[in-house]
Amino acid sequence: MSDLIAGSLIILGGLFAVIGALGLVRMPDVLIRMHASTKIGTLSTGLILAGCAVVFATPEIIIRVIAIVLFILLTAPIGAHMMGRSVLSTGVPLWKNEDIEPETVEKALRDEHGAPKPDDAT
Amino acid sequence: MDGFLNLSLEIGFICVVLSVVLAFVRMVKGPSLQDRVVALDFMTVAIVAFCGLAAVRYGTSAFLDVALVLALVGFLATVALARFAERNTFRTRKEADDE
Repeated sequence: MSDLIAGSLIILGGLFAVIGALGLVRMPDVLIRMHASTKIGTLSTGLILAGCAVVFATPEIIIRVIAIVLFILLTAPIGAHMMGRSVLSTGVPLWKNEDIEPETVEKALRDEHGAPKPDDAT
Repeated sequence: MDGFLNLSLEIGFICVVLSVVLAFVRMVKGPSLQDRVVALDFMTVAIVAFCGLAAVRYGTSAFLDVALVLALVGFLATVALARFAERNTFRTRKEADDE
């Protein structure tokens, strides 16, 4: 039974790792790539290490696994934040979807949420 | 260790190595320095997962210590490279202003 749980966690973690790497390769600009890689990388590592803890099931292994996952959970947002700030301050060219006109988005949002037009706001 | 765990370990190894290879593709292609650092960060996290898989596969807990140290070093590398990228542009901008 514990092997079944551990195997499922490991397979799930591996699949998430591949999905994150695909996002890293396919996404159009740095910030979106970071969005794909940072969170999904953390999730896949957490799942695989949880599978590892289920296999061994001894206190020292579980404590180590918790320490690693906690450390990654604490440091991944900090690293991503610093990378994002460096992207913004260096002015790396960002992606812009040319198929979508700004007016179309504005009209769709207005239709959906029923917000008043800027002219009507008195 | 039964068949299903072995099979899932094989699948996990293949997936993690594939993700490292894809991240390496982004690191080679990446148009900017920041792309490369993000890919390096992802590779570090994937190798931490690989260490967890290796600990299960070979039944030794020492790989988990390797994973812990690797997570620490990877975080320091990301922070240092982010600071480097930021300061590097400030320096080039300042030099461009001076000229």
